[in-house]
Order: sequence, then structure tokens, then C-alpha cells
Amino acid sequence: MSMKSSIRQVNGITIVDLSGRITLGEGSVLVRDMVRDLVTKGQRKILLNLGDVTYIDSSGIGELVSAFTTVRNQGGDLKLLNLTKKVHDLLQITKLYTVFDVKDDEAAAVAAFK
Amino acid sequence: MTANRVSYTLESSLQSVNMAEETAQLIAAKAGFDEDNCVRISMAVREAAVNAVLHGNAYDPRKKMTVAFENTGRALVITVTDEGGGMDVNSVPDPTTPENLLKQSGRGIFLMRSFMDEVRIRLLAPGTEVTMVKNVSGPAAHPKEASK
Repeated sequence: MSMKSSIRQVNGITIVDLSGRITLGEGSVLVRDMVRDLVTKGQRKILLNLGDVTYIDSSGIGELVSAFTTVRNQGGDLKLLNLTKKVHDLLQITKLYTVFDVKDDEAAAVAAFK
Repeated sequence: MTANRVSYTLESSLQSVNMAEETAQLIAAKAGFDEDNCVRISMAVREAAVNAVLHGNAYDPRKKMTVAFENTGRALVITVTDEGGGMDVNSVPDPTTPENLLKQSGRGIFLMRSFMDEVRIRLLAPGTEVTMVKNVSGPAAHPKEASK
């Protein structure tokens, strides 16, 4: 299953709903281009909803890190929402769980942006 | 080739990476691993295949990747071989240290070692051979039982 994304706005926060696989050459490029496009358009508060992401590899993890640093370097913030067990475990193993602000409730996540 | 060993010689492409991953998933399930371990094994194979195709063979159509699966009865032994210039394992830093946490790449070998019971990397002339072992029984196959 290839990756799909849709973008919506809630209280000034850009929420990106992702589904499918974020892997080398497939979803990873899509995530990279989408986040860069959002930042270029001035979006600085981004919430990536990974609830329907079924699989992610090291390239996909790398793209999440890159997206995080891209937004942070522009003075913004990027948070993660609704991790599946697989993605949660991957972030734990790679110690990136300490880097990302991870939420499991959309309203709380939106409210957490300053 | 014995009945318990199967080997695939594949093009240096992302399609081959996907095929290696999917085949690993099927063979791991057939070997009796539970769903979580099947995912771990297939993910380790994917990472090894990505390294072979991308970093080893650099998508060179003249170079092939070989993926071999062997069920010894005690373990699933998977070997991924490329025909590239060889990989210096010591040059890959620990991706979990603070100075490397925000690097975009460099997590593949770390994930292989995390998901498998044993990972050996051998330089060939030319190429790199990655051998990954997952024990059929024991703590790695049944982590919940082991923690009881």
C-alpha cells in the first residue's frame, strides 16, 4: 500500500493525515516534499497524524527527523499524533521518542502548540 | 540447495527490496515465528537489502543482490550479499547517541542488530555479505515468556 496524505487546518495548526507505508523511495519522498512545501508556504505548526501508517523503515524514520529539524530551523514546531505500536516501538528503539513530542489525542495535540 | 535453503538473485532496484522484505515475512511465518517477530525479521531484511541496493550496488544494473534464507531448524539464517565496493562497519556511528540522534540516516544496521539475534558483516572482494540469525526458540522468539 503506497502512502497517502491529506492536509487540514484546526485552530491554526496544520494537521497532516498520513496513511500507508513510509519507506525508501515511496512515502519518504512524499513526506519530505510535503513538509518542505508547507514550510515554504509559511506553515510553522505541523501535526503529523501517523494513525494509519502501517509500516515505516529507517528511511522513513530519517524523513520524520528531517521534517522535524526543517520545521524547527524555521522557528516552528512539529509533533506526532496517534502512533501505531510498530511506529511507537521503532521510536523507542531508536531513542527518538525523547526527541519528538508525541500525542495520542488530537485536541490535546493542537492545544499543545504555543 | 537443500529443501530448507532458498536463494534469490535480484536486480539492484527498490522492487527487489520490497520483494526481499515480503519473502522474509512469508518465510519467517512459515518457520513459526509470531507476528511481531515476522515484522522484525522482514524489517531487518529490508534494511539489509536497502544497504545492498542503495549503498552497495548504487542501483547499478550490472550488479546483483543475492538474498538467501535457510531454516536450520534451530534458527532462520538470512544472508544478503551485494557486489559493491564494501562497507566499513566501523564508520557507521551509533545513531542513538545525542550527537547523532537528529541525523537523517545511519539507522539501518542498528535496526538489524536490534531485531535479530546475531548480525555478521563480512567484506568480500568485491561486495559486502550481511548474515542475520534469528533463533527459532529462546528469548528472542518468545520475549514475553522469557520475561516471566
